[in-house]
Amino acid sequence: MSPAPAAPPVLRMAGVSKSFGATRALDDVAFELGRGEVHALIGENGAGKSTMMKILSGALAPDAGRMEIDGRRYAPAGPGDGLRCGVSMIYQELNLAPHLTVEENIMLGREAHAAGWLDRAAMRRQVREVLELVRHPEISPSVPVRELSVGARQLVEIARALAGRPRILVMDEPTSSLSHEDSLRLFEIVRGLRGQDVSVIYISHFLEEIQRVADTYTVLRDGRSVGSGRMAEARLEDLIQLMVGREFTELFPRIEHAVGEPVLAVDGLKGAAMAAPVRLSLSRGEILGLAGLIGSGRTELLRTIFGLDGAEGGTVAVSGVGLSGRKPWTRIRSGLGLLSEDRQGEGLALGLSVADNVTLSDLSPYRRRGLLGLRRRGLAVADWIGRLKIKTKGPDQKIGDLSGGNQQKVALARLLHQKASVLLLDEPTRGIDVVSKSQIYEWIGGLAREGKAVLFVSSYLPELLGICDRIAVFHRGALVEIRPASAWDAAGLMAAATVGRASTAIPTEQRNAI
Amino acid sequence: MSRQRRAGLGRALNLFGPFIGLLLVIALFALIPEVQGRFLRAANFKSVATQSVIVALGALGMTLIIIGGGIDLSAASNIALASVITAYAVNAGASPLLAVVLGVLTGGLVGLLNGGLVTRLRLVPFIVTMGMMGIARGAAKWIAGNQKVDAPMTWINELMAKSPHPPWLLLAPGVWIVILFAVALAVLLKYTVFGRHLFAVGSNESTARLCGIRTDRVKVLVYAVSGLFCGLSGVMEFSRLTVGDPTVAVGLELDIIAAVVIGGGSLNGGEGSILGTMVGVLIMSFLRNGCTMMGWPNYIQEIIIGAIIVIAVALDRLRHRDR
Repeated sequence: MSPAPAAPPVLRMAGVSKSFGATRALDDVAFELGRGEVHALIGENGAGKSTMMKILSGALAPDAGRMEIDGRRYAPAGPGDGLRCGVSMIYQELNLAPHLTVEENIMLGREAHAAGWLDRAAMRRQVREVLELVRHPEISPSVPVRELSVGARQLVEIARALAGRPRILVMDEPTSSLSHEDSLRLFEIVRGLRGQDVSVIYISHFLEEIQRVADTYTVLRDGRSVGSGRMAEARLEDLIQLMVGREFTELFPRIEHAVGEPVLAVDGLKGAAMAAPVRLSLSRGEILGLAGLIGSGRTELLRTIFGLDGAEGGTVAVSGVGLSGRKPWTRIRSGLGLLSEDRQGEGLALGLSVADNVTLSDLSPYRRRGLLGLRRRGLAVADWIGRLKIKTKGPDQKIGDLSGGNQQKVALARLLHQKASVLLLDEPTRGIDVVSKSQIYEWIGGLAREGKAVLFVSSYLPELLGICDRIAVFHRGALVEIRPASAWDAAGLMAAATVGRASTAIPTEQRNAI
Repeated sequence: MSRQRRAGLGRALNLFGPFIGLLLVIALFALIPEVQGRFLRAANFKSVATQSVIVALGALGMTLIIIGGGIDLSAASNIALASVITAYAVNAGASPLLAVVLGVLTGGLVGLLNGGLVTRLRLVPFIVTMGMMGIARGAAKWIAGNQKVDAPMTWINELMAKSPHPPWLLLAPGVWIVILFAVALAVLLKYTVFGRHLFAVGSNESTARLCGIRTDRVKVLVYAVSGLFCGLSGVMEFSRLTVGDPTVAVGLELDIIAAVVIGGGSLNGGEGSILGTMVGVLIMSFLRNGCTMMGWPNYIQEIIIGAIIVIAVALDRLRHRDR
């Protein structure tokens, strides 16, 4: 399974440094990637992983240091050079052309042709081959990518990288938008690459996932490589400690909160994309988790409750007052707040400032005689920045410049700022570092203690089990079952999410205690 | 060049880019001996300002639309229609004030229609306003009976007078109207909730909707307001020509859009400023003015203005490279 230790490394980086202004993003980093191995690159957001990968791909030039591929000096002048030398990247953000088909995306820039005329048959063959390689031959090459689910798009992106027959494949958070099933398939694909003489650098925040898939690891912290070794010999706690540089005791801080009277009542609600009507109720001070695979109807439910998508029937009531129509602004007035799963595309206006993004949903506190008090708003936002420990230069910084974890904090700050009392959180911890995650768990607990109600969609079972009072499981557009969190375990959740039936191992009286 | 220095340069360009362009254009003609004397005269600057009024008013509204991620190709036809309506009203014996109000409202109505079609039918603004370009132009010709509409002289015709009455105004009343509205819109964009919402809609419509912004209402309003500005511009066109001409201002919508783009507006939405747009308008006016003084033929002007647009957008790319 593991490569012979004597084999010369495919890639060697030594003394690599890079600064942006006064910030030292990378400081004397050393890195070795063995032939055919899967090497995990671990670190908090801002630890320098992306900078290091940009240098490897040729998108950035290092200030100092040396890189070698197969023992030959490698100094790419741009991303094109990187590709020619066999370095291929799969980025966290999807980089597909939505209007083009799967085939057109996969073959983009490397179209098979004869004197400029496309050779469709040859391309179709190649596309089928790589789709086979990612174990999803059922994806149709002629479907426009925008019609695919986020998970399927991720697979297309991986297929595109593989179509270039890379020597070194860099995967940046490849499972962040995949369902559990698809993730497992991806692990198989990655392990399969070892046999094809492709070396993989695998970046992920999911440590359990890294343990499953990687042979070796390197931990980055504050731009330095602070440890590396063989995965089989590393314990999870050691890795976390290396990442954060301090003892990391509690991943899921448990904040005591009392469940009060019901506040959100959903009865017979059915969105257009859902298979069956949903009935559930949520109380003040309660955290209700929604588990399920990608596309199982959880996001659709949240969007229908919030009035972003139309309902085909049923009612939504907050504190006994019914809400109808596709009018998100009426939901906000009733105290609902939605955190979108699509942070970059929908959740935030990336071109606008931190202050704009925090206050966009409620500018009324700063309005006087029709004019906005920008100074007052700046002060208020600075206060939120401090309270939520958002790392930013100030309220006026463009939000696109912040790291993923900090962007997510801004998106959460908006809900708190608009004083939402019922929070609909869709994958709030996706793609963010472990420390930010832990902070977000703490807030969610704290919000529940303040009497706010939280609907919490997540594909990461440990966090659902760790912080929720009750957990509902969705399967193929329908609600399967709701139970107290203590009556679920990971296996039970997974079973309900994948086969649509709760296992019968749980005693009946516990199941009815909802 | 280091990354930081480039970012600093980008910021400087962002702030002063359009101004630098304007100064370059003025400096260029000020340095050419043949026109120096005539070009650098206060009277010339006054006449350039007056000539800018019609495009400037259209560009004020267009700036709002472009910030919101839209486009209005019907602006010039709308101007022609409003000028015909104003002339028609004066000719029919309406008081000048009523005629002005009717002209402005006509523009607003066309804008409202644009906004309604864009939001209700979920059509692309480019298509809707391209259709409206024909509809408004046709309507103008129909109402005018396919000829110029004569009208008696009233105070409306003084709005665009090169030597204003009373003389202490220094600039034509139309110029002051532009300045007044430019300040008002700049304040609207920066200091009002509507302004924030407009930038949000242009920057990311999904986010805006998620934040409870009534995106459709914002868009309808913006098209209606822009229409009102076209209407006012039409009144100025009538003031200048003293007749209502349905064939006037053909292709002017491209000048208007160009002014916004030269001033830093992005056709992808979310970016643009009133000050930038006004500088954009002046750049084009000074170029026209200078070229005419040089005796350069019209086609030279067209080539230069075309090049300026491309250069402005290229500079815009440079500004944003580090973001």
